[in-house]
Amino acid sequence: MSIYTFGLEPLSCHAWNKDRTQIAISPNSNVVHIYQKSGKEWNKIHELTEHSGRITGVDWAPETNRIVTCASDRNAYVWTLKDGVWKPTLVLVRINRAATCVKWSPMENKFALGSGAKLISVCYFEKENDWWLSKHIKKGICSTVLSLDWHPNNVLLAAGSADLHCRVFSAYIKDIEEKPGPTPWGSKMPFGEVLFEHKECGGWVHSVSFSPSGDTLAWVSHNSSISVADGPRGKQVTHLTTDNLPLMSVIYVTENDIVAAGHDCCPYQFSYIGPEALGFVKKLDVPKQSSKGSMSAMQHFRNLDKKATTEEDHNEMETLHQNSITQLCIVEGPKTNVEKYSSVGLDGAMVVWTFKV
Amino acid sequence: MSKNTVSDRFRKVDVDEYDENKFVDEEDGGENQMGPDEAEVDSLIRQGSLMGALQAVLKNPPINTKNQNVKDRAEGLVLKVLSSFKSADIEKAVQSLDKNSVDLLMKYIYKGFERPSENSSTVLLQWHEKALSAGGVGCIVRVLTARKTV
Repeated sequence: MSIYTFGLEPLSCHAWNKDRTQIAISPNSNVVHIYQKSGKEWNKIHELTEHSGRITGVDWAPETNRIVTCASDRNAYVWTLKDGVWKPTLVLVRINRAATCVKWSPMENKFALGSGAKLISVCYFEKENDWWLSKHIKKGICSTVLSLDWHPNNVLLAAGSADLHCRVFSAYIKDIEEKPGPTPWGSKMPFGEVLFEHKECGGWVHSVSFSPSGDTLAWVSHNSSISVADGPRGKQVTHLTTDNLPLMSVIYVTENDIVAAGHDCCPYQFSYIGPEALGFVKKLDVPKQSSKGSMSAMQHFRNLDKKATTEEDHNEMETLHQNSITQLCIVEGPKTNVEKYSSVGLDGAMVVWTFKV
Repeated sequence: MSKNTVSDRFRKVDVDEYDENKFVDEEDGGENQMGPDEAEVDSLIRQGSLMGALQAVLKNPPINTKNQNVKDRAEGLVLKVLSSFKSADIEKAVQSLDKNSVDLLMKYIYKGFERPSENSSTVLLQWHEKALSAGGVGCIVRVLTARKTV
């Protein structure tokens, strides 16, 4: 586990480049900073300033080396590196509310953007006119789209939203790709089709994630629960309620293991083996046992007088993160066998965790 | 000078009601929900089988119904059962409940806090402490996020 603090501002979002030597983060403002790793330190090398509103999502496409950013100013930009400078290209997403999240598709030929306008904008590059076009998915969405994740087949898109639903849509764009083969989620996939919908997730769905094969879909919602839908087994949904504060982000680290983190400032591991078999495994942040020095009698009574308690002063939390974790990201390892993953939080810190099965 | 400078009644209009895109919860047809069986619970209390009364009163929660009377009656019944426990027995009673029942109990506790009566707060606070140690903060979060509650 290694922790690095990027300042005092909360980190809204982060994304890694292909070889993980650079990281793009946004410190709760309208700017994206790109840092380069040198030894144990991170040095700022670029600043992406084009947005006028707070940045809500960043994603870095590893192969094509493009960055997409979206913000509350209802815009999205695709950035390409030319002569050592990142140049922005405006994408016409045609939304009339803030954008909330953005994700490149696995083949990086399109990206999906969630927004408060109750729709998802799927954007792709049109070579003839040399600009980015967008198509809207609106069917059934009644409130802000809070999170997105692509299926490995580059066509299906999972969306969690504030209307307490979790859905899987088809984002098939016939101009740029072949027709996809059948999947456990369905075989007919015209653009915008809803292949799976789960109502009453109990709360806002903060984060969704497909498993490495795309067969199961996990999501976390604001009622402190985690759920998994099993595509091949009749799309059956299994819930697990937790005793902790709500989780904000979820990722798969193997086909059956899930890591989720949120307002408890600590990642948790869950495992899903089959329907009704979703279980909590362990807490992944084990605090070092802090040495408790002996307190003098004077200290004892002073504490009793000032704070009405004889316990030692706990100004810091026991977990590595001192505030809620907002986003998890895979750092090392293939999706089926993740070795390292990173978390950023409201405390301005980024922690890289090592995962051992 | 505009005519309407005197009355400010317009400020009390609920504009959200007139919003065409207003989010409406799905109706779940809770017309037949009657809440826990009063007779059964009363007889169990009289017999002194308090654990049984607790299990019985946590059945059939009037979650989906819009009938306020049913909800009030259920809440009153739950309060009666909770008050009849001795302080020392509360912990064991909470331990005997499963996860969903602890969540439901917490919902009733917070409902009871809304309208405090003579002795209800003390009783409810004791139950709250034990339910919290069994269900964790997640249990309270679920009370806050539940759109349809008792």
